[in-house]
Amino acid sequence: MTATPAKAPEPAAPPAPGPGPTSRPAKTPHGHRRLLTRRDRITLGLMAGVPTILHVTLVWLTALASIALAFTTWDGIGFGSIKWVGLQNFRELFTSNPQFWPAVEHNVIWFVVLILLPTPFGLFLAVQLDKKIRFSRVYQTAFFLPVVMSLAVIGFVWQLIYNPDTGLINSLIGANKPGHYIDWIGDPDLNLWAVLVAASWRHAGYMMILYLAGLKGVDPALREASALDGASEWQTFKNVIFPTLRPTNTVVLVVTIIEALRAFDLVFVFNKGAQGTELLSILVTNNIIGESSRIGYGSAIAVVLLVISLAVIIPYLIATFRKERRA
Amino acid sequence: MHDLSPSGVSLPAPSRRTVLRGVGGAALLGAGIPLLSACGGSGSSADPKTVSLGSNSSDAVPKKAFAEIYAAFTKKSGLKVDVNTKDHNTFQEQINSYLQGTPDDVFTWFAGYRMQFFASKKLATPIDDVWQKIGGNFPEAMQKLSKGADGKYYFVPLYTYPWAVFYRKSVFAQRGYKVPTTWDDFTALCKRMQKDGLVPIAFGDKDAWPAMGTFDQINFRTNGYDFHVELMAGKASWTDPKVRKVFDHWTELLPYHQEGAVGRTWQDAAQTLVAKKAGMYLLGTFVGQQFTDKADLDDLDFFAFPEIDPQFGQDTVEAPTDGFMLSKAPKNHDGAVKLLEYLGTPEAEQIYLKADSSVVAASTKADTSSYTALQKKSYEMISGAKSLTQFMDRDSRPDFTSTVMQPALQNFIRNPKNIDSILSSIERQKKTIFASS
Repeated sequence: MTATPAKAPEPAAPPAPGPGPTSRPAKTPHGHRRLLTRRDRITLGLMAGVPTILHVTLVWLTALASIALAFTTWDGIGFGSIKWVGLQNFRELFTSNPQFWPAVEHNVIWFVVLILLPTPFGLFLAVQLDKKIRFSRVYQTAFFLPVVMSLAVIGFVWQLIYNPDTGLINSLIGANKPGHYIDWIGDPDLNLWAVLVAASWRHAGYMMILYLAGLKGVDPALREASALDGASEWQTFKNVIFPTLRPTNTVVLVVTIIEALRAFDLVFVFNKGAQGTELLSILVTNNIIGESSRIGYGSAIAVVLLVISLAVIIPYLIATFRKERRA
Repeated sequence: MHDLSPSGVSLPAPSRRTVLRGVGGAALLGAGIPLLSACGGSGSSADPKTVSLGSNSSDAVPKKAFAEIYAAFTKKSGLKVDVNTKDHNTFQEQINSYLQGTPDDVFTWFAGYRMQFFASKKLATPIDDVWQKIGGNFPEAMQKLSKGADGKYYFVPLYTYPWAVFYRKSVFAQRGYKVPTTWDDFTALCKRMQKDGLVPIAFGDKDAWPAMGTFDQINFRTNGYDFHVELMAGKASWTDPKVRKVFDHWTELLPYHQEGAVGRTWQDAAQTLVAKKAGMYLLGTFVGQQFTDKADLDDLDFFAFPEIDPQFGQDTVEAPTDGFMLSKAPKNHDGAVKLLEYLGTPEAEQIYLKADSSVVAASTKADTSSYTALQKKSYEMISGAKSLTQFMDRDSRPDFTSTVMQPALQNFIRNPKNIDSILSSIERQKKTIFASS
């Protein structure tokens, strides 16, 4: 904190007896120790205070406000129209909203698919690239490229591929004629999987980079030792390398859960969460944004999403802190 | 509602204000707090020589047409119009917080329930004084459309356009098809087209609103205008046998609709009509925008949706109307009134129609001599109608139509057999939404 510019001596501070300003915090003969000048304290106060205020108002207050709003109805016009309705929003959500349970289900499917397909595939790619094969930089870049792009852009790109009339797939296999028509975007049995292919395409690259970083941290001596013991490549991986990737696996699990819960942009661009691709995040948006919005109802959905997130995050945090305390 | 069209890019050179608005909008999307964007208000202080105007006309053609109207107004009155154009869909999404913040003096909006909603929330100023001057320019149906629920005027209509069944004259001539006027003729024609290897009715419902147009047509042909109004206002029940009858008719027609509608945009569906692969297409006259070749456009024609119940005939026409409203506390009230008076003149409408030939004037006084054949026909259809409806999402609560009706209709298109459970689900959800405020 002493890095604050222009440390003009405070008038109240006793004159420094030492040769230079570096001796400023030195003990004065009597009186208390002055670690910080008033200016330092103001600076510190601003540096800690402004972000705290921003954080509290933009994160905590809004989160608490939306929890409170979940028990009301509000069309977003003036504060006078907020009406307390108790649990009615939730009752309605759980019993009469035909999109709610599919949305929960799709969020779960999203997670299961991401953890079962692209994550192991990303690990596979990372292991291969770690072997320092030729052109490994090129492959690495190719697989990582989708991660750099925004999911919204990926949505546009895949729409060109899936468009049932003029898209790449249907044009190639001739499935855009009446009679044998594949509706990748509109068919509820297909569209979620179509979107998941696009999401996995990106997720694999993401996982690859995480695992690649983890693999770089594996002590080469371990590999050497297992090679000396005559272990095959698979045995080495299974019994030596993979167990050492434990911390990486935790990160991967958390990242994948977060990806599944915040899934939104790709689907929103793809078909706005219509038939078959409903997601909680999209239901929140559809109810809150608009010319006469149902802010209370949308907040109730957001609260459900928050509860699900907490159910995942809290055990993780508890486990992490416990480990730290033990260490 | 949010077709991410490239039109969002066609904003004028972004002034500090539009940038601020954009930031407000981003905060709205990001945080979901509509109040935040209320900060992005107008920075200009009251200038008696300027009227500010918020516009949703972000597409090139209407944007230019409006600019010409404002230029003509400036020439006539000496008042400058400071236009603030926002992407069409963004404007709609943010209208709520926009009107509660510091909106422009005048803003573009739609007639019908959507106008009345903001009028009843006191987010608009009544303009009876304007209507004393312009009232004579409009037919009674338009006057009715411009009033709020309290009987005061809140809206100046500029243009309107009908929904109808579009077809290619050459296709009908070549195959000897006749324009159907009754339900039986219509279904027979569909059957024949199918046999001839055409898609009888082009259909794309990816954006979820086109299906509402089909519902409206079948509904007021089957049950009449009054039932449409009652149903849209949340008074009639969706489990009423009358509604069931609408869906029975629709189910009968569905096999003749283009396959895979939920995955197709209306633009792509229109292309099948352009390519003569589809025989008919039920849409608004804006379908003409997809006909980029002049010869194709000249070949385009339409007919009113066929009669279902002779009691109601074809006397109702769906004709969404766009126009202007005055915000709750305009900075330059006198100037804004002058601008609205000008916008209600036949002169202003003619300037608009010169540039955009896909719509017709709301005023009966506007000169129709330069109309294209399609415009003339649209005009006749609208002026001959006994009742004008808007569109489902303009005649009913938008939160109901977007969160309940759009997914429900998409569900029906996919599984017409589920109709009973879909209808009882709509009714259940409708009750809570309409009860909420």
